[in-house]
This record gives sequence, structure tokens and C-alpha cells, in this order.
Amino acid sequence: MKQVFRIALAALAASAFLAGAALAAGDAARGKMAFTKYGCWQCHGFEGQGSVATSNGKVLAHELPPWEGFSAYVRSSNTGMPPYSEKILPDGDLEDIHAYLTSLPKPKDYKSIPLLNP
Amino acid sequence: MARKEPTPKVDRRKFLTAVAAAGATGAAATTSANATGAAGAASARLPSALPPTAQTIAAETATPPAELNRIGGRPGSDYMVDVIKTLDIKYLPANCASSYRGIHESLINYGKNTMPEFLTCTHEESSVGMAHGYFKATGKPLLNLVHGTVGLQHATMAIYNAWCDRVPVIVVGGNDMDAARRPPGVPTFHSAQDINAIVRDYTKWDDTPASLQHFGQSFVRAYKIAMTPPYGPVMLSLDAGLQQEAIRAEEEALYIPKYVASSPSQGDTGAVKEAARLLANAERPVIVVDRAARTENGIRLLVQLAEALQARVVDMGGRMNFPKTHYLSAGPAVVNSADVVIGMELSDFWGVVNGFTDNGEHGGLGVNRAKVKPNTKLISISSVETITKSNYQDFQRFQSVDVSMPADAEATLPALIEAVKAAIPNDRKAAIEKRGEDARKAKADARARTLQAAAIAWDASPISTARLSMEIWNAVKAEDWSLVSSAGNVSSWPNRLWPMEKHYHWLGASGGYGVGYGAPASVGAALGNRDLGRFSVSIQSDGDLMYAPGVLWTAAKHKIPLLAVMHNNRGYHQELMHVQRMASFRNRDSNNANDLGPVGTSIMNPDIEYHKLAESMGWWAKGPIKDPDALGPAIKEAMAVVKSGQPALVNVWTQPR
Repeated sequence: MKQVFRIALAALAASAFLAGAALAAGDAARGKMAFTKYGCWQCHGFEGQGSVATSNGKVLAHELPPWEGFSAYVRSSNTGMPPYSEKILPDGDLEDIHAYLTSLPKPKDYKSIPLLNP
Repeated sequence: MARKEPTPKVDRRKFLTAVAAAGATGAAATTSANATGAAGAASARLPSALPPTAQTIAAETATPPAELNRIGGRPGSDYMVDVIKTLDIKYLPANCASSYRGIHESLINYGKNTMPEFLTCTHEESSVGMAHGYFKATGKPLLNLVHGTVGLQHATMAIYNAWCDRVPVIVVGGNDMDAARRPPGVPTFHSAQDINAIVRDYTKWDDTPASLQHFGQSFVRAYKIAMTPPYGPVMLSLDAGLQQEAIRAEEEALYIPKYVASSPSQGDTGAVKEAARLLANAERPVIVVDRAARTENGIRLLVQLAEALQARVVDMGGRMNFPKTHYLSAGPAVVNSADVVIGMELSDFWGVVNGFTDNGEHGGLGVNRAKVKPNTKLISISSVETITKSNYQDFQRFQSVDVSMPADAEATLPALIEAVKAAIPNDRKAAIEKRGEDARKAKADARARTLQAAAIAWDASPISTARLSMEIWNAVKAEDWSLVSSAGNVSSWPNRLWPMEKHYHWLGASGGYGVGYGAPASVGAALGNRDLGRFSVSIQSDGDLMYAPGVLWTAAKHKIPLLAVMHNNRGYHQELMHVQRMASFRNRDSNNANDLGPVGTSIMNPDIEYHKLAESMGWWAKGPIKDPDALGPAIKEAMAVVKSGQPALVNVWTQPR
């Protein structure tokens, strides 16, 4: 039930943020700060775009797993990403991060970008 | 070193004594003049410009003696210049030093400062780095003169990079070996029994010539060894006395050995046939290359081999080995399903067929696993096996292979191609053609995925490294361009998106991952490209530039056109992630103080204004560019400057990777 609540909260935060609602936007905005504070940006980029060099090409923006999978991965990763315990990254902040990443706008289709269609 | 007394005239000892005495007299005179000036200010009010003394008038107006020559003959270093001039060495980037003053004077006066031309550098790491980049752009080595011992100490990281990157640089270090005759004080601090010992572990060969003829032999030998694949740096210690003293009567018959290039080694015929048999009968052969193509012809040969087999080619990027636009060009993941892998001049074969995950498991050792199936056949062609040394670990983890050829890959390719064509069974040809069709489709799919990945964060600020790369590409694509330096720190976007096809489109990275390579290697490569009519562009990272930024001045001084676009992520990003990883493994908060990254890893507060740094050294520069829409116009402005023959830098605030 707790997980369901979290997913619902994150989804609410994200949708509310996209709609410009102040309270939910605050969650995503706090998530953006938390994303920076806890060093997520270091491997994933400030926009969650990832890198072949630092995240094995994994993109967080727009390819984010649901809250349950997301939080489980962050807590117990045994891949190239080090795990973050609740001691150093509290659940509330992690929820904000999830909301922030969910709130990121969908990227442009590369076909619409002239420099990517030389 | 045993040395006979120099024949007649003024010997070195007396000459040095005279210089010291003159210096002491000068110092005393200066002191005396100052004292007089101070006293005079209170009394006679001497004019600011005193009339010249009779001695000064004579020195400035009299005809000098026709044979003013204190060494009493032709300097030994003139002969050294004669030797150097036989070897087609165009430039000599160096930071000046007293221990090689003899040959310095000969090079610029007797040698007319041409072939080689002295390029003024502000750090020995820069001068060797320039030679490193120059070779990769031109295929020709440069000469570096360094001060022994401290100048060589400055140069060591750059020499190690050249060693790991299999690049020939010819380093000559001045060293005054005769403890009884060299000047005391600083020159003795800067002398050593064996300066070459500092770099012996990462040079192919070194020597300490004891006579001029010995120098002649050793310089040509050093050049020959450096230029025999696998290429590598060489070192000569050059005694100050040998440079400065006159050529002795018994040395009048000095000769200069003729240089004849050595043929690179080729793989054993039997091993080539066995490799061809394995490849021709493979279901999923993969070719992995790192420094296989030493020349443009090497690229053509690799295309022939790949097309004969319709085998995917993974370019590890030590050089431009294989056209990125070719349908058989692939990413490293294709190795995972291979049944035969041939690795050519790989710096790390183990790393190609195995994976390492630094996740702190197994007592902190992390996880090691094979990427390939247990029965995958492995073939290696690597000339580096012939020069493996013990101390420095550039040979990486040991990887057992099924066929091992300690030979030059490019030289072995013609025989291997013919053997492969002969070994392909008729009943395999249809399957091989089908493999090519599959590769074409996979290539197109991968290209679309890469472009879509580049679109993410396209309008972000700080600017994404994909946007950075494509704004640069848009500016240079109409030129005969050469990306002279860039590392994986921009997520390899240029390698993934730019149509790299010619051997100078990509010059590889540092080799030894010694940070500080990018700026000097870019300037050196741009120098070579300038003479060849190519346009040079670099993606210059911030931490790299700060090791020895004086090379910017060298570029301006010698009018070396280079477009440097900065990937300024304001940190030592690799290390930043390492410290964060340690903190996570230890379940601790990372202490970032007021920066974005852990204490000790950020380059911010204050932010370095690289554009002003460059401007101060004679570059056109602009920045910091934070708005992605402002980047293209800024690069366009810089392009115009570079095309006029000057260097230009655009400082761009970027995403981390």
C-alpha cells in the first residue's frame, strides 16, 4: 500500500507540475535540487540524459521506471551505480527526485532538429 | 665519463671560469653603480644617461677580431646539428635551458633555425605533448630538448602518454656530467649520473653519448628505433661539455650514419593461415581494432578485410582505424555474441572480452565476468608484445588467446586478407553476404537510436555535450577538418555522430590517460595540420587546460590556427564520481562544501574565465557561453579568426558528460 501511495504521489506531483500547480511543482522543484545535492547529476546529467561514459547509456528522463522499481534499484544497486541507503538519501528526497525526473519534458524528435539531420 | 683535455686554445674549464669571473664583475659593477646612484642623488645630480666609456664605445663600434672564438675551433654541437638535419625533423618545441645552451646556439645560428625550427614552449610537458599531437597528424616525429634533470621531470607524464599511445618522440636532455668541471650551484643541482633513468621504464631506448661520433650513431639509431613499429619515445642524455667543446683533431673525420627505415614485422605465415581459417569459418566474426591503422592505407586494408568477411568492426579509438560511416562499423556490444574475435593492436584485449563492474562487491574487488562465450576463439596481432616492459602496467591484464602474432597489424593485413579470401569455403559465401545485409540494417537502427539520444536535453543549460558536438560539426563540416583532441569526456559524441572517414579526422586520445595532454597535443597537431592545409578543431576540457595553459601562448606566438571549443563542466569529473562512489559504498554523505561535487573535485568558486586566460596569451576568445542558442554564432565568429591563421577559443559551460 505504501508503494502504491508513493507511485500515486509521484504521478500526482508530476502531473500537477506539468499543469503548473504550485504544490506539486514544489515537489518536482525540490527533486531537482535533491538530484543535484545527492550527486545524481554526476553520472546522469542535470537533465537525466545519461551518458555512454557514465551511465552505460542509461537515460532517466522519459525512460524512468515506476516508483517501486526505481526506489528498489537506488537502494540496492549492484551494477555500476553505487547504492544509496535511506540514511544518506531519505525516502522523501528520493520521491522528490522521482517526481522531478517524471516532470521532465519529452525530448524533441531528432528529425525536427536540423543539426541532427545534416 | 672519461674525456681528454680539449685540444689547444681555451679549455672548457678556463672558459667557464672566465664566464663566472665576468659575471661576478658585472654584479659588482651593478652594485657599485647603484651605490653611486644613491649617493649621487644626494649630491651631484648625475644625468640619467651617462656618456659611454671608452670600453663601451670600443665594444659597440670597433670591428671585432676576425677569429673571435673562445672554444678554439668548430663547436661539437654544430656537428650535432648536421646530424639532426639529415632526419627531416621540422620543428623543435622546447623550453630553453642552460644544460643544452651549446646545441641551442648551434641550432638557431649555425643551423639557421630551420629543420628544425625552435618553438618556444613554457613547459616541457607542453613541448612533448606538442610532439605527440604533431606525429599523429603528420606521421613525422619532432625533436624535444629538455633540461636535465628538472626539465625532464616536467616532461615525464607526456613521455609516458607517448609510450602508452605508441608515438615516437625524440627527447634529448642536457646534462653536465663532469662533476669536477661543471659549474657549481644550480648547474650541479640540475645534473645527474643518469637522467635517462627517470624515463627508462617508458622509452624504447636511451643512450648517453660519450663522443661526437657516438652522438651521430646514437641519434640516428634513436630515430630509427622510435620510427620502427611499434613506435615509441626514445631518450638521449647530452653532455654539456660535448656540446660546448670544439671538435677535436682526432674527430675531424666525423661521419653521419645514413638512416634507412626498418620494415615493420609481419605475422608468421602459419599463424596468418590459422587466423584466416578461423575467421573464414566463423558464424559471427568480429574485428576489434585500437591502433591497427597507422596510416590511411591501414584504413583501406581494414575495410578490405571486413568486407571480405562481412564482419563487424569495433574501433576502440586509439586511432582512426575504420570509417564510422561504413555499415560494418559497430559498437563494442557485438563482441558479446562473437564466435571469433580478432584483436589488432589492442591496448587491453582483456577489457574487450571481459567486463569489470566497480560495485564494491567481493570485498571491494568488484565483479569480473567474461563478455564472450567460453568457446569463442581469440586471435591477436600486436606489435606491442615485442616491447613489453615490467614496471609500468600499460600491458593491462593478461588475456589468453588461441592465435597470437607479435607483429605489426597493418603490415600483416595484406597477407591476412589474401589468406582469408583463399580460406572462405564456397558454401559459406551466401551466409557471409547475409551477414552483411544484417549489418546494414543494424547500423541504420543504431544510427537512429544515437540521434534520438542526442536530442535529449538539446535545449538544456548548461549545454549538452551532444549539442556542443553538433554545433561544432555544423561549423567545421565544410572544411578539410581534423578533430585533433577530444576524449570520452563528451560521451564520444563526435565519434558517434561525425562522419569520420579519413585518418586525420580522429587522432585518438592520450594513451596513458595523463590529464594535461589535450591542450598541447591539440596545438602540436594543429601545427602539423596547418602545414598540410587542414582545419584543426579540439574539444578542450577545463581540467586538462589548467595543467599547463602556457601552451596557448606558444600557439599564438607561432601563429598556429586552432579552434578550441571548451567542454567546461567545472570539475574533475571522473574523480568527482569516484569520491561519490566511495561515499556511497561507505554509507556516508558526501561533503561537497559549497561546490557541486565532493570537496577537492570541483573547479568552481571562483569559476575560471578561460576566455580571458586565452585572450591574455594572444588568442581570440569568447565566453562563457551558457545559452545553447548562442553557441553556434560564437563558434562561427571563432571560425573566421581561425581561418585567418590565428587560434581562437570558445568557453562553453557544459553538462558533466
